[in-house]
Amino acid sequence: MASKKSKQFDPVGTLQEIEKKFEMFQVLNEEGEIVNEEADPKLSDEELQELMRRMVYTRILDQRSISLNRQGRLGFYAPTAGQEASQIASHFALQKEDFILPGYRDVPQLIWHGWPLHQAFLFSRGHFKGNQMAEGLNVLPPQIIIGAQYVQTAGVALGLQKRGKEAVAVTYTGDGGSSQGDFYEGINFAGSFRSPAIFFVQNNQYAISTPRELQTSAETIAQKAVAAGIPGILVDGMDPLAVFAATRDARKRAVAGEGPTLIETLCYRYGPHTMAGDDPTRYRTSETDSEWEKKDPLVRFRKYLEAKDLWSEEKENEVIEQAKEEIKAAIKEADNTPKQKVTDLMEIMYNEMPQNLQEQYEIYKEKESK
Amino acid sequence: METAKKRILTGNKAMAEAIALEMERDSNVFVLGEDVGKYGGIFGSTQGLIDRFGAERVLDTPISETAFIGAAIGAAAEGMRPVAELMFVDFFGVCMDQIYNHMAKIPYMSGGNVKLPMVLMTAVGGGYNDAAQHSQTLYATFAHLPGMKVVAPSTPYDLKGMMISAIRDDNPVVFMFHKSLQGLGWMDQLDASVEHVPEEAYTVPLNKAKVAREGSDVTIVGIQMMMHYAMEAAERLSKEDGIEAEVVDLRSLAPIDRDTIVKSIKKTSRLLVVDEDYLSYGMTAEVAAIAAEHALDELKAPVRRLAIPDVPIPYSDPLENFVIPGPERIYEEVKKMMRS
Ligand SMILES: Cc1ncc(C[n+]2csc(CCOP(=O)(O)OP(=O)(O)O)c2C)c(N)n1
Ligand SMILES: [Mg+2]
Repeated sequence: MASKKSKQFDPVGTLQEIEKKFEMFQVLNEEGEIVNEEADPKLSDEELQELMRRMVYTRILDQRSISLNRQGRLGFYAPTAGQEASQIASHFALQKEDFILPGYRDVPQLIWHGWPLHQAFLFSRGHFKGNQMAEGLNVLPPQIIIGAQYVQTAGVALGLQKRGKEAVAVTYTGDGGSSQGDFYEGINFAGSFRSPAIFFVQNNQYAISTPRELQTSAETIAQKAVAAGIPGILVDGMDPLAVFAATRDARKRAVAGEGPTLIETLCYRYGPHTMAGDDPTRYRTSETDSEWEKKDPLVRFRKYLEAKDLWSEEKENEVIEQAKEEIKAAIKEADNTPKQKVTDLMEIMYNEMPQNLQEQYEIYKEKESK
Repeated sequence: METAKKRILTGNKAMAEAIALEMERDSNVFVLGEDVGKYGGIFGSTQGLIDRFGAERVLDTPISETAFIGAAIGAAAEGMRPVAELMFVDFFGVCMDQIYNHMAKIPYMSGGNVKLPMVLMTAVGGGYNDAAQHSQTLYATFAHLPGMKVVAPSTPYDLKGMMISAIRDDNPVVFMFHKSLQGLGWMDQLDASVEHVPEEAYTVPLNKAKVAREGSDVTIVGIQMMMHYAMEAAERLSKEDGIEAEVVDLRSLAPIDRDTIVKSIKKTSRLLVVDEDYLSYGMTAEVAAIAAEHALDELKAPVRRLAIPDVPIPYSDPLENFVIPGPERIYEEVKKMMRS
């Protein structure tokens, strides 16, 4: 107990104390060694292998997507390499019933949640069938308006809560996204209703060209949870076991009625911001790049699994081959999807087409028949 | 003796040059927005400024549109002359309260005492596959709201001259620049996006349309890409059909230069309005209303409008080209009008 001395107001000290508490949570270090035995999520051998399989698959999907984009066979694409642990290991802790509200870079989580690959490719090409999610696939299409998904997540969580479902709403944004009003409003709103939500910030150090330091003078983004009165955690986003453990824990609290959690994952995007004209050498150095490559999630997880005799080059090659085959087939399926028409797009807008659109519809119907 | 050398500039360089000249002239001018520093603006509008003026006067902001537009308003009220960049006009949804309830209304609600000499520049337009939330022009959405000037220059010359006017103007100016007219290497570079631009500072008024091509048979009113497409169509009409179209480049949406429009209609007796914005409640309706109110008796044929149908802009290349009016459709439309 503190002494009876009158309390000193020390706002600066208070801040420093809070910031000190947000240390990075890590389970598996860069060498693939468990450094936090207590926090090890103790996945089964099969689970560990499956997690590795998904991360390798996702890396291949990224490489293929980039080259398909360069060949003009895919459209919009935001590279994901470097973020596999943040994306895949967080998703690995979710259940099918959970509802995901992704950002534009979060295509992998949707795929592992059940979004067929060919639909993801159609989305990239801007075909409306891409985002037509099958019944039971609880996701919204990738969000591109920065931050918007955060407030919508508060609503999905409210819905799950009101309908008594044992599921959580899960959303992702970036370090840049954490500067939006929607970010603060979303975590605060969900917090005030103690709704079952998990808010991820994948802090990949840059928002296009803007470095993380320019987003906020807060030491961490995780600490922003404090203002909303919800738990926040700073996680090594290159460490699949830490990301998994933090997510599983947050999910447990959410379904138990204990409200939302904010999780910041420290990671890096190796590639350009998107495939539309970004040149990272304008704002990043190769030293920073290689510093982060040393932390690579696949490298450390491979070391860890190999030491346990759970992984081998042979296994890895199998995954790579399978990924390549499936991607090839999915592209073919996307190619075979009938081309969309402007009138298709008009048809999906309203339950009943209003008169002005009906008139325009007729005009386009006629043009399309030519 | 020195021969007058042509300085060929792209749209983005003309804009950046205008801002640089004003930053040199007036220490109160500064730039803020997302990726305006090292990146030089996603569409190049602030290229080179940070190297010349430093991060003190070229501020890369957090991704907080409400904050940096609100901050620009505050800084303007305090006596600065901010130039804020909203990366894509489509993102106005995040920050519209600051724009139309505050930037546009504080001068009015302060009885005219508070001046907000700020520029809100923003990239507009489609035609390069960027989908429903990155391809709109939203010309009419902004022009509809009283309290701000809304301009949309179509050429590098006007981009520079109107930017200088906008920075010097004591009212808030929404300065829309078209992505396709920036002349960027990573997009298809259009001829219209490069031209001779004088080195020195000059101004172009913010309330005057320009007759871009004289003609006697039909008036085509457009702005930015639609103006350039109208010019293409006009050349073809002249060559192939002997039809002489007069093309009016609006340049400014608010205030709109009614006199130039009416004068042209009186000369040609026919009006086609072309717009890269949604058809309903758009600029085409405004110009058609001007014709109905001020030149109805002069019209030999009903006014025709070409615009994007009332559907969000498709991502897919062929579909996008299908909904955005192009030279071909303008040409066809004029031919139809001439028959009637
Ligand atoms: C409201 C809004 N403002 C700006 C943009 C433009 N923009 C697209 S991505 C991006 C950077 C986002 O950075 P971050 O949140 O860190 O995510 P990352 O791309 O790094 O995954 C910006 C500014 C946008 N899409 N929406
Ligand atoms: Mg980022």
